[in-house]
Amino acid sequence: MWDHEIRAMASTHCILAASVFMATVLPAVLVPGFSVYGTHLLWIYCVSGTVVAVSVAVFWLLGITPPTKKHTVGYKLSRLFRSCLYFLLSCIFFHTVVVLYGAPLIDSALETFSFAVLLTSLTTLRCLCVLGPNVQAWIRVFSRHGAMSVWDTCLQITVACTLVGAWIGAFPLPLDWDRPWQVWPVSCSLGAMIGFLTGLVAAPAWIHYHRKQLTYKCK
Amino acid sequence: MKDEKPTATRMKKLWLLSLLTWMCALYFVGIYMFVGGFLLVRLEVSRTSTCGDVLQPGEEPVDFCRAQPRFRKVVLLIIDALKIDFARFDPNNTEPRPYENKLPVLEETVTSRPSHSRLYPFRADPPTTTMQRIKGFTTGSLPTFVDVGNNFASSAILEDNLIHQFGQVGKRVVFMGDDTWENLFPKKFHRSLPFPSFNVKDLHTVDNGILQHLYTTIVGDDWDVLVAHFLGVDHCGHRFGPDHPAMADKLAQMDGVIRSVIDRLQNDTLLVVMGDHGMTDTGDHGGESQKETDAAIFLYSPSPLFPGPPSKSEPHVVPQTDLVPTLALLLGVPIPYSSVGQVLLPLFPPHRQTGGAVGGFSQLEALWINAKQVNRFLETYSSMAKDIPPESLSQLKGEFSRLSAEYLAMVREGHTSSPKLAASLQAYLSSVRDTCRATWAQFNPLKMAAGLALVAFACLTCFILSELSLVLMSENGPGLKAPLVVAFAVGVCAAAGQLLIQGYIEVAWCLAAAALSSELLFLWRAHQSRTTVSAKNGSKAPKFVTLLSPHHLLVPSLLVPLLRCASLLSDSYVIAEGRVVTFLVFSLALCIPIHLNWDGLLLPPSHDPLKPAGLLPAAALSPSTVRKESSTLLACLGLLIGSLYLSLCFHGCREEQGSCHPSPFLSPLSRLQDAQLKNLHYILSVCSLGLWTYLLKRCLRHYGNLNSSGGTVFTACFILPLLSVCLGLHWAVSATPEDSFRNLAELISLAQLALPRTAFFLLGLGLFLIWLDPLTVFIKTRTATTARSSSLPPPRYRASTGISPQAELHHLIPQIYQRMRRSLDDGELSGGTELGSKPAVEAYGLGTVYSAPLLLFCGLLGIGLLLLHPEGMALSFLLLLFEMGALLHIHASSTTLSSLRGTNSSGFIVPWTPVVLWSLAATQFFHATGHLPTFPSIQWGAAFVGFPDGHTGTMLPASLVTLNTFASHILFAVGCPLLLFWPLVCEVRGIRGGKACGEEGDAVMEMRLRENPHQFSSALLQLSTRYLFILGVQVFASVCAAAILRRHLMVWKVFAPKLMFEASGFLVSSVSLLIGVTLVMRVDVAVSRWFKRLIPDASR
Repeated sequence: MWDHEIRAMASTHCILAASVFMATVLPAVLVPGFSVYGTHLLWIYCVSGTVVAVSVAVFWLLGITPPTKKHTVGYKLSRLFRSCLYFLLSCIFFHTVVVLYGAPLIDSALETFSFAVLLTSLTTLRCLCVLGPNVQAWIRVFSRHGAMSVWDTCLQITVACTLVGAWIGAFPLPLDWDRPWQVWPVSCSLGAMIGFLTGLVAAPAWIHYHRKQLTYKCK
Repeated sequence: MKDEKPTATRMKKLWLLSLLTWMCALYFVGIYMFVGGFLLVRLEVSRTSTCGDVLQPGEEPVDFCRAQPRFRKVVLLIIDALKIDFARFDPNNTEPRPYENKLPVLEETVTSRPSHSRLYPFRADPPTTTMQRIKGFTTGSLPTFVDVGNNFASSAILEDNLIHQFGQVGKRVVFMGDDTWENLFPKKFHRSLPFPSFNVKDLHTVDNGILQHLYTTIVGDDWDVLVAHFLGVDHCGHRFGPDHPAMADKLAQMDGVIRSVIDRLQNDTLLVVMGDHGMTDTGDHGGESQKETDAAIFLYSPSPLFPGPPSKSEPHVVPQTDLVPTLALLLGVPIPYSSVGQVLLPLFPPHRQTGGAVGGFSQLEALWINAKQVNRFLETYSSMAKDIPPESLSQLKGEFSRLSAEYLAMVREGHTSSPKLAASLQAYLSSVRDTCRATWAQFNPLKMAAGLALVAFACLTCFILSELSLVLMSENGPGLKAPLVVAFAVGVCAAAGQLLIQGYIEVAWCLAAAALSSELLFLWRAHQSRTTVSAKNGSKAPKFVTLLSPHHLLVPSLLVPLLRCASLLSDSYVIAEGRVVTFLVFSLALCIPIHLNWDGLLLPPSHDPLKPAGLLPAAALSPSTVRKESSTLLACLGLLIGSLYLSLCFHGCREEQGSCHPSPFLSPLSRLQDAQLKNLHYILSVCSLGLWTYLLKRCLRHYGNLNSSGGTVFTACFILPLLSVCLGLHWAVSATPEDSFRNLAELISLAQLALPRTAFFLLGLGLFLIWLDPLTVFIKTRTATTARSSSLPPPRYRASTGISPQAELHHLIPQIYQRMRRSLDDGELSGGTELGSKPAVEAYGLGTVYSAPLLLFCGLLGIGLLLLHPEGMALSFLLLLFEMGALLHIHASSTTLSSLRGTNSSGFIVPWTPVVLWSLAATQFFHATGHLPTFPSIQWGAAFVGFPDGHTGTMLPASLVTLNTFASHILFAVGCPLLLFWPLVCEVRGIRGGKACGEEGDAVMEMRLRENPHQFSSALLQLSTRYLFILGVQVFASVCAAAILRRHLMVWKVFAPKLMFEASGFLVSSVSLLIGVTLVMRVDVAVSRWFKRLIPDASR
């Protein structure tokens, strides 16, 4: 029923996953001393930047971004500006939430903020790409009857997977195993990343298996 | 007909209470059973032996401390976790593992100088942890996890011990190594060089520290007893396990140490090299397997120590307790009073040497002194405690008197040795030790398993009770009488059976049998009545089996308790428990709005223009109400998260948490040096106390509960503020530095005594008044029909509220009495007279008639508990109040929002999420009030609030400390029924009422409960059993942790204390919950009386 969209989605997700892979592997080859644990912040920014660039490019090329009502340059610029603003606000929001969850307030603020940037580029950016800078639409999407297209459902799944992954990633932190990945925020960002990749796989698969039940009333 | 209804409801009340009590009792029996098998309790005997003790035969008492001992000096080298396998040397082993053949010095010495040295396996008693072992081989007794002595607060050994005895006779004890010794024997050493033992990963600090000083000390002459405790081997085992090259290095180092020490020994010196316990193949210890208990002991002296080379009669294994009497007699000090060891016979000559410098006791003399001391201890102990079985006790006593008669006769005849008597003395000593060990030092796996099963079964029963509450509260629900009778009968049968078979009764088993049988019978009958009810109502039986399917376990409200229980099984999570619980509460709280949004209930449907109409059922709430409720919910969520985050500032620190600083608010004001900081803290505390009081009164006034003139209102208006003033003054007085205000010293000491006692008195009075007269209803006649109500003049009432009349009218809840009366009288009255008219009376505060006294009760109790805490905790208590309020409001708002869907309208069921949040918040504030589940962190200062000079009994201080420790458990458990009331208190005018009754939707609030006594009691039962279930599951998890991980390294440090705290917390919580529920029942009785009084008046 949604074959075309599902195929587009699967290929998009393949590209995204491949870019994440490349963002991890390429610097490891090119930059001396690069490792996911050792230079974790570098890895985070590398992956975030790649995911941002690739998502924006792919979603723009596919034309999933909601149609703008006006086509003036000023309006487009203001949308762009608002998107950037939302991106920044979302980083601050995630930072606050993570701190409230128990991350150190001052000690490793840079690490926490980098983690917030990663979360933002994995979740908020997708919302921006699919729904545009419209918070009410974001809130609406995350309800049972809120999805209005296959892409909305896909958004629900990937965002939920990423956040749950990050949440589960916090579990090993108190354990006394002394592993390099138990340092804040390594396990959480790895959890978020794994959750994101799982979401990328799960979303097309789930939609494919439930394509008969999926009905979107308004579009 | 008219009288039947009240009696019926009253019967239900008793039934509800007895059901809850029965449920709690089931848990208690399970916990008691498990703890009886797991925790071994022993009383400490505080007497000490002295040199003047008459232990030798003969007419005149001989002071044997004066006599020349066999050795003047002893070097005690303790190598932690020196397993016997490490010490043995096998020359045929060509490919030794890293831990094998690394201590060749022992074997070499034993073969080259057989009469100077011996190597024995040295068997420790469980628990094989270092602290308990040090206690064991210095006191000679069998320390258990809980040694009930008179020092709860410090870990110092108060029992008679070797170190103490050495000090008594003037020997200079020099210590170096593991700093545990310094805590166990504070100020007992002539010189001491402790090194930090905590970091298990650090293999070298302690050992290198010792080695820097060891040789110079031995060569020097300012010591008589040298104790050196090496930790490297143990830490290496914990870190790498025994089968690791690091272990080889460590053992080789120890080999060198022993060689160097042997080279430096003088003739009158005895060297003891020993391990305190062994280790498993993974390097852990703590349990009772042979690998953990079998350490090594190596004895050596430059002068001949043994009569000859090892003979066949020598012991194969030396119990650890035997070191104490042996060392004591070799060095000429009295055997410590509570030692149950026996002297190591090969070290003593078979016949008495005639005089000479190397004098000492013959084998028989040593045995006799030892037996006499052991008998004396046994007599003292059995007069104090009754845990040694009486028949074995009398048998031992008979044996001793026979042996003593034999020995005395032999001495009179002039014989000096008798192998037969020596053997029977040895047998006597062994049997004493075995008896004591059976009593103190063994887990009872059968009891543990039974306890585990009982707790699990109680959890299951509790869950089924909560699911079946509606059926249980119905008219034909199963009774509790038959199960109780059966329980009693089975208990008596079990007792009789035990009496017949064993000859004595063990109460735990009888209780277990009774509990199990009553549970089974009750469940069977509940199942039967459920099927009959479901047959009657079609297929409306609750399906509780489906709740346990994997799909349901992933629901956040069940996933979170599951995670919480899983976290209790790992020591890291128990250590970080405070943060873990906060994390879980935060996650679950976030789930509420997310879930509501997922269901599309958070935002009003019309809010979103894209939303097509008709997707949702027709909204019963207007968009503005929805928006208001959602914003309340989000605001309360913000408050909740804020208080969660701030509560992290009040945590204490466990010793396992390395880089952790305890909260500055935890130390009492009097300890603060900086005057400005002190003032700041004081002002903060007083402000939060004032805010607590103000908020409580504000809330009560808001709902119009402060208008009448009953006991509760008196309490709220006068006692509550007075109590806070008392508390504030008490803080001020106790914070004054001791040396300032010299001329006021007497007044200050008087105030320190009087203020807290006044506070206690006020608290008791307030709670009593609430109990006595819980009604907070003010009646005002609208048409002045009744004479009684109109006698209260309106001005007084206006003055008592103190808010503007308009606001008053807005908040005070008018009640419609005709409606009430109709529902009460079942239409018996001829309703024609007043039916169409306006309501005759307004009752202010009737809408919150149940919750107001409960709230006030909690508030008063909170101030009382705050009195027992350090001053800084006032802030934390304020956060607790905020969090409670936020939780209640979140629950209320989400109930209102979910009522949109129309599925939730059946009864007053409190869903799992708020109950889970409520119970987790109790644990969270346990940590946020500075408590930790460890014994050193108990705030003993609480026992001295109001009793600065100490106590005479133990009951009062123990209960004060319990109240202090479980303050948050108490508050949350007492306040638990508020979860049922709050959605009704906060109910939006016109939603439910508009649907329910035809009249102009006045809010009926808690009177709704009164209208449906059946649903009320079943909802209350369900709420309480759900709360008990969540608590019980946590207890079950910690019981499991203790049972499964009983050989874990951290069992006595982490899991066993956690189990004790969890179990005591459960006990306190369940009692408090019962108090809360009883208070609700009490209010209900008062309300029925009030109605009874009102209705004749009104109908007149």
